[in-house]
Amino acid sequence: MTLLGQFALWMAFLLSIYVAAFAFIPSWRQRPDAGVVVERSSYAIAIVLWVAAVSLWKALFAHDFNVEYVASYTSRNLPDYYVFAALWAGQKGSLLFWALVLASFGAIAQAVTSRRYAMLLPTVGGVTSTVVLFFLAVMLLSGSGNPFERLAFTPADGNGLNPQLQNPGMVIHPPLLYLGYISITIPFAFAIAALVTGRVDTGWIHAIRRWTLLSWLFLSAGITLGMWWAYVELGWGGYWAWDPVENASFLPWLTMSAFLHSVMIQEKRGMLKRWNLGLVIGSFLLSIFGTFITRSGVIASVHSFTQSNIGAFFVGFLVLTAFVSFSLLYLRWPALEPESQLDSLASREAAFLFNNLLLVGIAFSVLWGTIFPILSEAVRGTKITVGPPFFNQVNIPLGLGLLALTGIGPLIAWRQTSTSNLRRQFILPVSTGILVTVVLLALGVRDFYAMMTFGLAGFVVGTVTQEFYRGVRARQRMHGEHPVLAFGRLITRNRRRYGGYLVHIAMVVYFVAFAGMAFTRTREATLSVGDTATIGSPFGHEYALKFLGISQYQAFNRQVSVASMEVTRNGKKLGIMTSEKRQHVDSFGKPTFQPSTEVGIRSDLREDLYVVYAGSVDGTERSTFRITVNPLVWWVWAGGVFLIIGGLITMWPSAWNANLPPIRDRAPAAPQPAAVG
Amino acid sequence: MNRRTLLAALLAPAALERLGAQTQTPKTGAADPLRDPASVGQLRAEANPLDNNEVVKGIERRLKCTCGCNLDIFTCRTTDFTCTYSPELHKEVIALFQAGQTADDIVAAFVAKHGEQILLAPPARGFNILGYVLPTVAVVLGAATLGFVLVRRHRLRLETQTATPGRSAGGSDLTPEQQANLDRALKDLDA
Repeated sequence: MTLLGQFALWMAFLLSIYVAAFAFIPSWRQRPDAGVVVERSSYAIAIVLWVAAVSLWKALFAHDFNVEYVASYTSRNLPDYYVFAALWAGQKGSLLFWALVLASFGAIAQAVTSRRYAMLLPTVGGVTSTVVLFFLAVMLLSGSGNPFERLAFTPADGNGLNPQLQNPGMVIHPPLLYLGYISITIPFAFAIAALVTGRVDTGWIHAIRRWTLLSWLFLSAGITLGMWWAYVELGWGGYWAWDPVENASFLPWLTMSAFLHSVMIQEKRGMLKRWNLGLVIGSFLLSIFGTFITRSGVIASVHSFTQSNIGAFFVGFLVLTAFVSFSLLYLRWPALEPESQLDSLASREAAFLFNNLLLVGIAFSVLWGTIFPILSEAVRGTKITVGPPFFNQVNIPLGLGLLALTGIGPLIAWRQTSTSNLRRQFILPVSTGILVTVVLLALGVRDFYAMMTFGLAGFVVGTVTQEFYRGVRARQRMHGEHPVLAFGRLITRNRRRYGGYLVHIAMVVYFVAFAGMAFTRTREATLSVGDTATIGSPFGHEYALKFLGISQYQAFNRQVSVASMEVTRNGKKLGIMTSEKRQHVDSFGKPTFQPSTEVGIRSDLREDLYVVYAGSVDGTERSTFRITVNPLVWWVWAGGVFLIIGGLITMWPSAWNANLPPIRDRAPAAPQPAAVG
Repeated sequence: MNRRTLLAALLAPAALERLGAQTQTPKTGAADPLRDPASVGQLRAEANPLDNNEVVKGIERRLKCTCGCNLDIFTCRTTDFTCTYSPELHKEVIALFQAGQTADDIVAAFVAKHGEQILLAPPARGFNILGYVLPTVAVVLGAATLGFVLVRRHRLRLETQTATPGRSAGGSDLTPEQQANLDRALKDLDA
């Protein structure tokens, strides 16, 4: 079966070269059957890569430990769902997963894209095939990327999967992030196709709307799930540490968020064409940069794969892609003149521009902080560390500016706004923000940034509530609808706008939850059985944790030691919490990794009680614990759910086509005035 | 119901309550040996009152663990229980703290011993200032440029309007009819 997989990889490699040639060699591209050839070849690449992936899954489930990848990431006693997830657990398998998903997305793009964009599709296929080709080249030619490589001997059992990866979150989180990273390639391919073919009107923007939203949603969900995994599995009590790999996932999310806003200005006013192309190209480059960081080992990270020689391939690809893309943009520069101009500083377009500035500014600061250690070492010869204090110091003010703009944007009309209109629009949201701030001050909250966050959150919630209220009232007046019906129809009739507002609410929820971490309390305690440790909550109550003892037992692929604690809050019994130490073993009972820790978490709307069994004192039941109270963590996950709901409403199919101008209004190749409406 | 069953039914709740009390109240202060101490990993030291000292925690949050984990000393020693570096670094911090050194003195002592790399954020001096300042300066410059351009365009538009009263309000090349269409379309967006 691995032979078939190997063969499939080479088949995909050759097919990708064929498609790329068809798309980029002018005489081939002119052929009347070019579109059909590229489309069918794209399907073929996807199919052969599925054959390769199925071959690897077959080897994993068959415990074919003669395959180096299978021996490295699985063992006979690994549960089946983790064997399935092992495909993307290691460097080589994840490269195959990248190529597989991209080829599948490329095929889907060929199949579902409206024929009105037929002129773009051969080049789109060429670009996706070229990126697939790059990943296949890394696998087949780098000497350290082939997942079907065999060992000279067959071990009796494999190493098993890293215990920290044995978590349900790891089955879902990496594929979601990959889907986010990889799906950015499709908007990028359309952008390059628009530049290559000269069809730089708003057509390509319409063609990629669902893809941009989809990749942004995948990235958002992947990042949130990654935070959840870090929180429940890594045991350090937080969910975001500004680790280079976390930063790498955040970077394309920021630029895609900027694009989702600025693209509206291009659609409505025919402006920012160059900027939007730059953002899409930049997002793709950042997704490749993220993959490079995770795989090259050039920057130390707890999340990265084993260091390997494939970094050079990524740098080469990154530089080449950036050069070609920006050269194309430069060549088409004159054709990308804006069709209208900004009228006023007090306009929604201007608010969107400032929003873009902040999003790109944050992306720059994150990128800057991530690569600054390398830069510093190159310039000064001194190694330095850039950790959370740096990122917080630089990014919190920018983030607060962004939060403010989230509330300001919807209050300002397109083109320009009169002073009286501004006053009328701002009065309620600003009052809400001030009220929240005053109430919290009265309650004794003193942390400056937290206060700013809560105040601005109140302002944004005021804005969104006002928008919904006015919309519902307008519908009631016009159609005499019941408020609930009017609310539902308000959303369904303008999904993009009101779905977007729900996303804004999700962002507010995230910000408030993040600010909650400013009030975290933590303590360590060593307890004998029957001893009690107490910890205060920022909400004023006190938790008491009574240590009940350690139980040890053998589970499927591990030895488990469970510490149990009886928890009370202000004397009221809440239940039993447990935290575990797990020693994973192979099928012969031999330890495979260092013991890992499973956290005990008791979560409610206000705060999480987070208990970590640190270890035993002198090999007895007397044990040391770290106990933490983390306020508002539940709201981080709630923010993720709101964001996905808002995103799905925004991209619901019937909303996409509503604004499309009819085909007859489209000029074949030349730039045209913006289609308004 | 015979007498034995009746007695059992009457006594059962009390017996169960007592049993529950026994399971919920283990002997206080017990420290029995674990059946398999190896499976819980590295043995831990007794928590020291200074482990919970906010100044000590604050110092440790400024310093990076040298094990290569990218975490600060406090987080590493209370998270990665396989790390052998962070407990030792913690002991050094406590020793210096007990010797009466201030937080800044302790951090300086660590920098002298391990180099600047031990700091979780580089000191804001020399080349490092660029690291701190550049992102903010870039955003501020961008905002200032954007603001300047917008205000300038707005003024130009007003001047043009004054000079040519018949010209459309947008100051663009649109005809009045196009201008009216654009205004209507943008208004629809907000409806």
